Amino acid sequence: MSVAAGVSSVTKRSRVGRQRGFSPVLVISAAVIVAAALVATAGPLLAPYDPNLPQLSQYFVGPSPEHLLGFDASGRDVLSRLLYGARTSMIGPLAVTLICMTLGSLLAVTAAWRGGTYDAVISSGLDIVFAFPGILLAVLAAAVFGGGLVAPVLALSVAYTPYVARVLRGAALRERAQQYIAALEVQGASSIAICLRHLIPNMLHLIVAQATTLFGYAMVDLAAISFLGLGVQPPAADWGVMVSENQQGIIQGYSIPALAAGLCIVVVVVAFNILGERLYERGEARR
Amino acid sequence: MRLRFFVRRLAMLIVSLLVASFVIFAAIYLAPGNPIAALSGGRSIPPESLKVLEARYHLDQPFLVQYWYWLTNALHGNLGISITLRENVSDLIASRISTTAGLVLYSSILIIAIGVGLGIAAGLRPGLLDTSILVVTAISASLPAFVAAIVLILVFAVQLRWFPSLGNGVGFFDQVKHLTLPAVALAISSLAIVARVTRAAIREESRKEHVQTAVSRGIPTAQLIWRHVLRNAAIPITTISGITVASLIAVAAVVEVVFGLAGLGAYLVQSAQSKDLAVVQGISLLLVGAFVAVNVLVDVLYAVLDPRVSLGSRAQ
Repeated sequence: MSVAAGVSSVTKRSRVGRQRGFSPVLVISAAVIVAAALVATAGPLLAPYDPNLPQLSQYFVGPSPEHLLGFDASGRDVLSRLLYGARTSMIGPLAVTLICMTLGSLLAVTAAWRGGTYDAVISSGLDIVFAFPGILLAVLAAAVFGGGLVAPVLALSVAYTPYVARVLRGAALRERAQQYIAALEVQGASSIAICLRHLIPNMLHLIVAQATTLFGYAMVDLAAISFLGLGVQPPAADWGVMVSENQQGIIQGYSIPALAAGLCIVVVVVAFNILGERLYERGEARR
Repeated sequence: MRLRFFVRRLAMLIVSLLVASFVIFAAIYLAPGNPIAALSGGRSIPPESLKVLEARYHLDQPFLVQYWYWLTNALHGNLGISITLRENVSDLIASRISTTAGLVLYSSILIIAIGVGLGIAAGLRPGLLDTSILVVTAISASLPAFVAAIVLILVFAVQLRWFPSLGNGVGFFDQVKHLTLPAVALAISSLAIVARVTRAAIREESRKEHVQTAVSRGIPTAQLIWRHVLRNAAIPITTISGITVASLIAVAAVVEVVFGLAGLGAYLVQSAQSKDLAVVQGISLLLVGAFVAVNVLVDVLYAVLDPRVSLGSRAQ
């Protein structure tokens, strides 16, 4: 039937062409991310109204030329809340990504470099942390330390670091076995210098790809935590909180505020996931 | 050799569970707030009764001794008392566990049946079908469960009125009906991930030399796919299915909250909000236990499917 066809189509697609060309999907994903970052930085300047000003008489009033996305369950301007919400919704995932990548790279590179007992201890430690699903750890942290972004961000960072470290350790081990590293060692270069100047830069494509994908995952989980009322606390504008605040509207027949906030999350996460996947493929193809 | 692998996995399971239980206990122990104050509801207690209470709950003992008491009690099924409901945590858990188990099971069936099915279809049939499955799964893989849930409620509960939007239902068929939208919402992103990995695994295998050889030998297509492609692709497919199914255990909480299901996850979230820490401890312990157990099960299954694993070298 079509196994043979499948085989030929795989070989037909030239790897080189895919590596060099700028696919439209890649450009769109990158554009979405840049736009989201801009809104997260400048959202408060762009927002036409006060995101926290409730006008109860305007409860779930639909879009108008002055209020492009209408009002939410408390009569607040939805567009303004979305623009303000970009920052709260993206700063958490950014923090998780930075913490995980720093910690994960550090553990991975030192484990691969030192090897032996140190590597064994780090690796089994990471295996044990794997036992905690991210969301569960975040709920536990929120229960103990109260609502707000800090506890869930730290919890997710702990939960995701093993995923990052495992992949990077594999890559670092491969890189460590390369001859140029041995050559540098023979020349008497210090371990730190070799790692910082050669080993890590050669893994950079993988680190960037991982960071991009991780941002997407962290964003989904943090939005869920905020949706559950354990993360960003209302009345702060946050996309996850907005879905939760306006969920009643879905049943009552007015779905714009909840759907708009949900759509924002999905669009940004899809962009990060696609970009991460493509960056990974490119890195692998280059190796 | 194989026995040693299984014993090692079992030992790791126990260590993971011990560490997890320790972290859960320590987190709650470190939580701000005094357990006695929580118990008395803020009323002042005479010093002598305070002593009695502290002795009864072992609060006068050192941290590690308290952990030991808690752990042995938990292993005997005694997880303490909920401060908001004044009932045994084990009883409260027992009355809610079937909803969560049903939801996760239903979702797992959807993920494995539809996810693997779509992946095989896309992997074997390049072209329009493959491309459309790729595009749809790229988006749905990033769909958070709670967003999927509200969209499903809007379309299938509010507009089409095919399914109820809230509650558990009574009787088997009614319960299945009530669980359908939640199970789909929970499954959707994992399903897409499983489909993508399955597709990639099928492609990878189809490209291998032994398959090409089989094609040239004129092996019938069905046999070729079943014995040469799927048998080998089963390894990554099992792994990703296992990982995603395990992750459902935690994410179920979100879906239960949206659909107002009386499950463990929704109860965990409610208890986290009301700071009912004994309940948080008990449910977290149970969910982590289930998560770890599923992961170990997948590892063992993986070793059965791929003997190279138990023989030492980790197959990539």
